[in-house]
Amino acid sequence: MTTIDLTTPAMRSGTELVPAIDEGTTQTAKEFTSDQEVRWCPGCGDYAVLKAVQSFLPDLGLRRENIVFVSGIGCSSRFPYYLDTYGMHSIHGRAPSIATGIATAREDLSVWVVTGDGDALSIGGNHLIHALRRNVNMTILLFNNRIYGLTKGQYSPTSEVGKVTKTSPLGSLDHPFNPVSLALGAEASFVARTVDSDRKHLTEVLAAAAAHRGTSFVEIYQNCPIFNDNAFDAIKGMGEHKGNKEHAVIPLVHGQPITFGPRDEETGLGDKAIVRATGGGVEVIATADVDIEQVLVHDAHHPDASTAFAISRLTDLGYLSRSPIGIFRQVERPTYDDLARNQVDHAVEAASTNGTPTERLTALINAGDTWTID
Amino acid sequence: MSQTKQVKQLDRVIIRFAGDSGDGMQLTGDRFTQESAVFGNDLVTLPNFPAEIRAPQGTIPGVSSFQIHFADHDILTAGDRPDVLVAMNPAALKANLGDLPKGATIIVDTHDFSKRNLEKAGYSSNPLDKLGEVDDLLAGFQVQPVDLTGITVAAVTEFGLSRKDAARAKNMFALGLLSWMYGRPTEPTVEFLSKKFAKVPDILGANLAAFKAGWNYGETTETFVVQYEIKPAKMASGTYRNITGNLALSYGLVAAGVRSGLPVFLGSYPITPATDILHELSKHKGFGVTTLQAEDEIAGIGAAIGAAFAGSLGITTTSGPGIALKSESIGLAVMTELPLVIVNVQRGGPSTGLPTKTEQADLLQAMYGRNGEAPVPIVAPQSPGDCFAAAVEAARIAITYRTPVMLLSDGYLANGSEPWAIPDVEDLPLIDPNFATEPNHELVGPDGEVTGKDYWPYLRDADTFARPWAVPGTAGLEHRIGGLEKGEGHGNISYEPANHDKMVRTRAEKIQRIADSLPPLQVDDPSEAAKVLVIGWGSTYGPIGAACRRVRRAGYDVAQVHLRHLNPFPKDLGDILRRYDKVLVPEMNLGQLSKMLRAEYLVDAQGYNHVYGLPLKAAELAEAIGVLVGETEGREVNLGEHGLNLPADHEQNPVEASK
Repeated sequence: MTTIDLTTPAMRSGTELVPAIDEGTTQTAKEFTSDQEVRWCPGCGDYAVLKAVQSFLPDLGLRRENIVFVSGIGCSSRFPYYLDTYGMHSIHGRAPSIATGIATAREDLSVWVVTGDGDALSIGGNHLIHALRRNVNMTILLFNNRIYGLTKGQYSPTSEVGKVTKTSPLGSLDHPFNPVSLALGAEASFVARTVDSDRKHLTEVLAAAAAHRGTSFVEIYQNCPIFNDNAFDAIKGMGEHKGNKEHAVIPLVHGQPITFGPRDEETGLGDKAIVRATGGGVEVIATADVDIEQVLVHDAHHPDASTAFAISRLTDLGYLSRSPIGIFRQVERPTYDDLARNQVDHAVEAASTNGTPTERLTALINAGDTWTID
Repeated sequence: MSQTKQVKQLDRVIIRFAGDSGDGMQLTGDRFTQESAVFGNDLVTLPNFPAEIRAPQGTIPGVSSFQIHFADHDILTAGDRPDVLVAMNPAALKANLGDLPKGATIIVDTHDFSKRNLEKAGYSSNPLDKLGEVDDLLAGFQVQPVDLTGITVAAVTEFGLSRKDAARAKNMFALGLLSWMYGRPTEPTVEFLSKKFAKVPDILGANLAAFKAGWNYGETTETFVVQYEIKPAKMASGTYRNITGNLALSYGLVAAGVRSGLPVFLGSYPITPATDILHELSKHKGFGVTTLQAEDEIAGIGAAIGAAFAGSLGITTTSGPGIALKSESIGLAVMTELPLVIVNVQRGGPSTGLPTKTEQADLLQAMYGRNGEAPVPIVAPQSPGDCFAAAVEAARIAITYRTPVMLLSDGYLANGSEPWAIPDVEDLPLIDPNFATEPNHELVGPDGEVTGKDYWPYLRDADTFARPWAVPGTAGLEHRIGGLEKGEGHGNISYEPANHDKMVRTRAEKIQRIADSLPPLQVDDPSEAAKVLVIGWGSTYGPIGAACRRVRRAGYDVAQVHLRHLNPFPKDLGDILRRYDKVLVPEMNLGQLSKMLRAEYLVDAQGYNHVYGLPLKAAELAEAIGVLVGETEGREVNLGEHGLNLPADHEQNPVEASK
């Protein structure tokens, strides 16, 4: 078989081709808020994410009409109705495929997918991994509450083994996905994890995701107060875990040594450090027991995703008492939609010298062996 | 020349080339077709090949064939029974013998009638050894044994090919021989080979030598004494080309893009027999066509829906199993009222069924195969060339009415071919996307005063009921659509009982209103005395038309009408059905259109149903029509040679006749 070296389009920021608002003007969160009543349960983590997104979007400086939110099915998938942008609330699991069509058809749109752990990892798993490998220019926000909320409480593909739900009265048998590991394995170029209640971190991650050209995958830990309450209390330092957040969150900052736990005032390092383990992975060790040189320095831009994957494995699969949070991976790779438009644009340009579309269509259908009867 | 060759006039001939999957029979048939097309005959072709890429060599499942019917008058089918069979091996002979009428000519490649190949085909002895004996399996046929392979190998020695490569040119020898027999022009094939093998001079030389050797073999040896002449057909004036359904359909989709000014976006997953459309459209990026080979059927239509939302002409192409997977997404397109063309190149089902064979058993799937009341317009082409116009029509309906449209082709149309009168692009309908650019709804204050304007995505056109299509990037028209029921007009989520009832009826009414844009049906009832109406849809147009002609030639009356639009039905269909005493509905399924006609019009539509994975046979159908005509008119009907009794041509020994 033959392969062709593709002409690589210029690397740009994720929003570079999207029209910006007029210079000197600003937008407000209110302008991005639709007139529809928000109908999530009281206390739902989705409210916090919605508020964060509504206040973040004006800062993007893009024209509202050039932003499109696409969702699938699930509680989080009502998201587009509450934003005064273009939007589509589609069908279960298919949002990445619909967004792929939108992003490929139009370079001037900022495309966002809002999905959940069931929507993206169960019924829509195939579309998610293929969007990631194609690297279509869009941002996927995966709200992970580790439960099925809209159908009233069944275990999800991220639920812990043994979880008792309506469909697993004797405990769930399913081994869970780690969404970040999955995304990294699917060749994602941007992978991050954040938490619904940490507005500052969430906003920082959203900004980086929007700026990234390609598929940005953001897992957002999101609490479901009705069917899986307190699932992220350790990460948030809430409830019985009050005050212990620093023991649970492993902060990932590009270029910084990865440590967590109570910080040493002098060095700024936590009392636990991530070091390379024998066998290719990474492990947690007391910072006091290692040379500072041995502590793994986070490199989100490394072309090889192996270390990012190893770090992702530090996430608890059972009750979440420890998880790395931040941007795991952020690398440049040509996007599917840029490449696709590149091929079409070049072909259109080359063809335009052969006449108008009507003339060329006439030539096309008259090509080959023809004969004329008078 | 050792003797004077006879030339015999024929009005039509059916030839079937049959061989192993690797013998190049499709190519041979294609070339013979092109020669006949350029010569000016009317023609219809029927390729028939196994689903396996290379079934075990020499076996009956591995037989691939190509049938061409060409004539000096207009014809409608690829023919029921071949007059000539070219059999490249014992399996090809055995698999096709049953389709031949007595008197047919059989040209066999004796070289491949080895013990091993005979056994693979299930012959205990060589039928060629028994010609003229009491147990001659081929008695009553004109058998012409020729060592096609041997002569080919000898003819191409100068090119120094391996024996295997040399033998591969045998299909060109067969083509040369048949081209001589039927006086075909050779230039198109010489030109074709020169282009195809331009980079491999040895192979080119061998193929040209084999082709010429075949021609010369016919002309100079005493084996073949008769050359046949089939004069060009009198066809309507215009420029013609031979075209398959899949190619015509692809061109139609490109044309729909040109005539609507919309970029074309195809999201598709490979599936037989629809894949050629994805192949073809992938070549036409110069027309602004984007093709996305999706990860699955669902993603194919998902991407097309996304592109439609973004302002493209969204298209997805597939076959029945793919439609099953896309059903939920089709429902989304019905609910969001986005333009979308869904092409189903039907094949034998259910499940994986018969991937390479034809059937039209997905009509009810197209009509009803979704949850909820989810009406989808259905358009069906009636012949390979007609796939072009049908594709443009599907796009017209989709764009004008903001709806997914099902275009129901089938395996026979996809791969079959016919001469196509190339249309003038300027004569094709212009399709206006009519994008929304301005707010369309007045905001009213408490005292009834207009306070401003906003955009309502479901505020419909009063005549067509089409909703406005506002694409992202249009300032002031930001809106959300989705699969949930929406309130009439404003389009926000609504669970109001009365609203749902209204919206269900409105969506149904919108599809019904498409009928306002359809031309009246053409009823073919030459004597205007027919009491029986034969009605069909899709690729059965040819066999039904041919069957009706047979009945009429035998002196009886019958009317024919063929449906392009299956949903909604044309407005005059009910009146037409009621004009006739009996209605016969031939279909390659167990009675799907007949069920729809009965339900819609309360007429006693009778089915004529075959599901062999092959087109209906005109003679058999003519007999069935004859029986119904007899019952209806209360008289004996005997179609004679126009029915299953063989026509005179077949009974005559062509060799005897020429003496």
